[in-house]
Amino acid sequence: MKFHKGCLPEQVTKGHQNKKVSVIWSALVLMVFTFTNVYGQTENPFATDSILTVQLDEVILIKSRMPEDYQKQAKPLASIDDYLEKSHKVNMMKRGAYAWEPMINSMTSERLTVTIDGMRIFSACTDKMDPITSYVDVSNLHYAKVTSGQEGAELGSTIGGGIDLQLDKSGFENRGWRTSFESGFEANNMQRILGSEINYSNESSYIDADVIYRKAENYTAGGGEEVAFSQFEKYNLSANGGIQLDEEESIEASFIYDEARNVGYPALPMDVSLARGIIGSAEYKNQGFMGLDDFKSKLYFNTITHMMDDSQRPDVPIRMDMPGWSDTYGFINQAQLEAGKHSVQLKWDGFYNRSLAEMTMYPNDPNQIPMFMLTWPDVRTLNTGIYLEDEFELKEGQLNLGARIAYQGFRVADEFGLNSLRIFYPDLEASQTRFLKSISARYYRKLGDFEVSSGVSFGERAPSVSEGFGFYLFNSFDNHDYIGDPNLKNEQSYEINGKLSWESNKVNVSLNGNYFHMPNFIIGEITQGLSTMTIGAAGVKTYTNLEYATQYNATLESKWNVSSNLICNAVVGYHRGFDNDGRNLPFISPLAYSASLEYAKKSFTAAFRLSGAADQVNFNPEFGEDRTAAYTVFSVNMGKTFKLGNQNFMYTKIGVENLFDTWYSTFTDWANIPRMGRNIYATLTYNIN
Amino acid sequence: MNIIKFYTLTLFIAVLFTACSDNTDDPIVIDENPLAEFNLLSSFNVNGHTLEVYSDQNQYTTGYNELFFRIKDNETDSYVSNATLSMNPVMHMEMMSHSCPKSTILKTNEDSVYKGFSIFQMPGNATEYWELNLEYGIDGQTYNLAERIEVKAPADGKKRVNVFTGLDEARYVLAMMPMTPDVKVNDFSAMLFKMENMMTFPVVEGYSIEIDPRMPGMGNHSSPNNEHLVFDTSNAMYKGKLSLTMTGYWKINLKVKNTAGEVLKGEDVTEENEASSLFFEMEF
Ligand SMILES: [Cu+2]
Ligand SMILES: [Cu+2]
Repeated sequence: MKFHKGCLPEQVTKGHQNKKVSVIWSALVLMVFTFTNVYGQTENPFATDSILTVQLDEVILIKSRMPEDYQKQAKPLASIDDYLEKSHKVNMMKRGAYAWEPMINSMTSERLTVTIDGMRIFSACTDKMDPITSYVDVSNLHYAKVTSGQEGAELGSTIGGGIDLQLDKSGFENRGWRTSFESGFEANNMQRILGSEINYSNESSYIDADVIYRKAENYTAGGGEEVAFSQFEKYNLSANGGIQLDEEESIEASFIYDEARNVGYPALPMDVSLARGIIGSAEYKNQGFMGLDDFKSKLYFNTITHMMDDSQRPDVPIRMDMPGWSDTYGFINQAQLEAGKHSVQLKWDGFYNRSLAEMTMYPNDPNQIPMFMLTWPDVRTLNTGIYLEDEFELKEGQLNLGARIAYQGFRVADEFGLNSLRIFYPDLEASQTRFLKSISARYYRKLGDFEVSSGVSFGERAPSVSEGFGFYLFNSFDNHDYIGDPNLKNEQSYEINGKLSWESNKVNVSLNGNYFHMPNFIIGEITQGLSTMTIGAAGVKTYTNLEYATQYNATLESKWNVSSNLICNAVVGYHRGFDNDGRNLPFISPLAYSASLEYAKKSFTAAFRLSGAADQVNFNPEFGEDRTAAYTVFSVNMGKTFKLGNQNFMYTKIGVENLFDTWYSTFTDWANIPRMGRNIYATLTYNIN
Repeated sequence: MNIIKFYTLTLFIAVLFTACSDNTDDPIVIDENPLAEFNLLSSFNVNGHTLEVYSDQNQYTTGYNELFFRIKDNETDSYVSNATLSMNPVMHMEMMSHSCPKSTILKTNEDSVYKGFSIFQMPGNATEYWELNLEYGIDGQTYNLAERIEVKAPADGKKRVNVFTGLDEARYVLAMMPMTPDVKVNDFSAMLFKMENMMTFPVVEGYSIEIDPRMPGMGNHSSPNNEHLVFDTSNAMYKGKLSLTMTGYWKINLKVKNTAGEVLKGEDVTEENEASSLFFEMEF
């Protein structure tokens, strides 16, 4: 979905471009769906301006140039994970204090498409220790756009949705030099945060540079128990720049270097000595290329290095090193077209990824040589796809149509790895190809104080590298070794979603729901008669296509503007998921709720928040889950902005999380590790404009 | 700035995508000595001939040894191509002497090269030693040689031959055929001989050999999709499939069953019983 008036990115509206629309439509017809629509000749050329905002996706503002917005954030120097967790759509799976894994609609990485500025990046860890979100930091992000289900197909083939992390760029605005210094401290795990940025921009060029550093010791759970191996240290450098070539053309480039060291994962048997991400891109933009609006062409690359080992653990049955690498090269070509009542987005993208992970085990008998295997057998993924979206006004309401068709090829490039997999699949070919389709339609309408929207969609995804090609990947939660299956069918999803909201002067209530029917749902199933590889593992699971799985999610949100200074929010969500045998799917949220009171007056802000969940009644012990107990936790924060001199500001914020030091664990906590107990934090930001 | 440049780059990346695989065939080495790639283990100067014994190993090793022979006529300095050979290695121990399973010696495709194998059950030492007895005939005349050879345990100390007494009270020799193990499903074969007396070791036919590969260094885990060894009459070997899921030290636990399916030797590996009394070892 796109942004319209009142949303964040810039959007240029152009006049009559019906000819181009016809071209787009022929392409649309060429694709999966056919649709006929008549657009009149007499429309107001600026009709798009009157299109109502269909706010289906959720935008989480991470950094803003507006002092007011800055103050709205509960914890300005929080991790990106913290920001995402506050979203109503996102849950975060935790394996420690660092690098949480985002979940949308109770679905994790393999069912989501997570991008940075649209760029595809793939984790290098076989144990999901390094979600994409761990390679950026709040210092270089502007906002995160969260989309549900096939709305995420804009970014790539997906089932559950997508997250696009938008980098913070100054853009071609005449704002001169700006500098800021940030520091933060969190008492619970002695986290120290230091950051700085420097920006320069004028109408024809800009350059941004920033750095942030974090270091934390072990955290303490509610009640005072220290959670061993929850420390981390990381720093992130990034730079952006752009040059406006002429009225219409510009080029931009961005670069991120992110490095984390000595990261503990208390929920896992291993830690990370080094996780490094290098992400770069160059982009060409043209506002009037071949008559298209907002043409963008981007080339990018990224390389991830992940060093996982158990060298810090006091006693392990066997020492092992499990490094992993993931390199991706890709391109995105996209254009926007505003014509009549249509707002069309066209995109052609592609990537090439190489994923390799190995495992070396050191026997306790010093006379034996180390044991070695490839857990990801150098899998090369080539994907290229076309995405089309058209949003247009009907007589009453508004319709949004989207479609993606993608080609995906896999190749096992390593002979050793191919032979390893052939132990299980003797006839396995080194290469395979798949086609992935997605199509969605959504209708939106305003009826007095009510707004209604509903959509249907279909989507597909290919198996992830682990699901397709993993070789003895140990899952410490259900205590099984996992084997991939290269012959897995594509997972599919038929989705219905709807939203009903009512808005009055002071009150806004909305009910949001979706239903997924997922044929060929991919999940690990116990395979009898296979010997485990990991010492102490209970068995071996093989990734399998279930006949289908079903999931539904419902969220009720309300917002009450009590006064011009006081806002009250409340959200409650219910989720359910099961397979064709009625078995519960793992990691499905129990009934969860949150509420907050936010007060803002002049330069002072204060907020109170509570969040919690009911007992996890529907769990699946086959995946290591148990009935996670209900909990409620509270937090408060206060902030003040000081104006120093003419243009300079200092922001301060202090807050307490988990106010009553409650011991709790949620359905997203791997192996039921407890969450952080009471945490007092303070941040200080100094802006020189 | 030109958009064409961008597309050129895109195209360039696309070309990169079609990653190429490299296929470099090894060049064929042509050499004077057809056994140049092998190791000369012995060179015996007897009867006006020089008898050369080659192997792909660098020593006579306990277990299976493929041996290549050449006979040089010292007078003409040329290699004999019409000889007949037979061998009988004998180990002289303190209390007795015995032979070992061995093959007949046949001429190879290479005119002057003869080939056979011998399976040494144990290494020699200071007081007990192996003696290679060779009988060879050239142009109707028979010659003999009996020379001491040094049989050593394999350098890596890994077990590749078993001598055992079966449930039927018979003595057997079970030898693993040489192989280069890899992480894959490996072809795996062994030879089984019965010790009829001190000097006679006929091939045992029609038995089966069950394998259970384990990694004692890692919780004694096994591997999937192994195939037990069954007798192949074409080459008198027991053949099956051995799958190895990782590199390292593997113990191949064995059970030998007779034609009636009775276990003559070897035990199941269980929680309580870490290994069979009959096994091969490998490390790679
Ligand atoms: Cu890892
Ligand atoms: Cu092992």
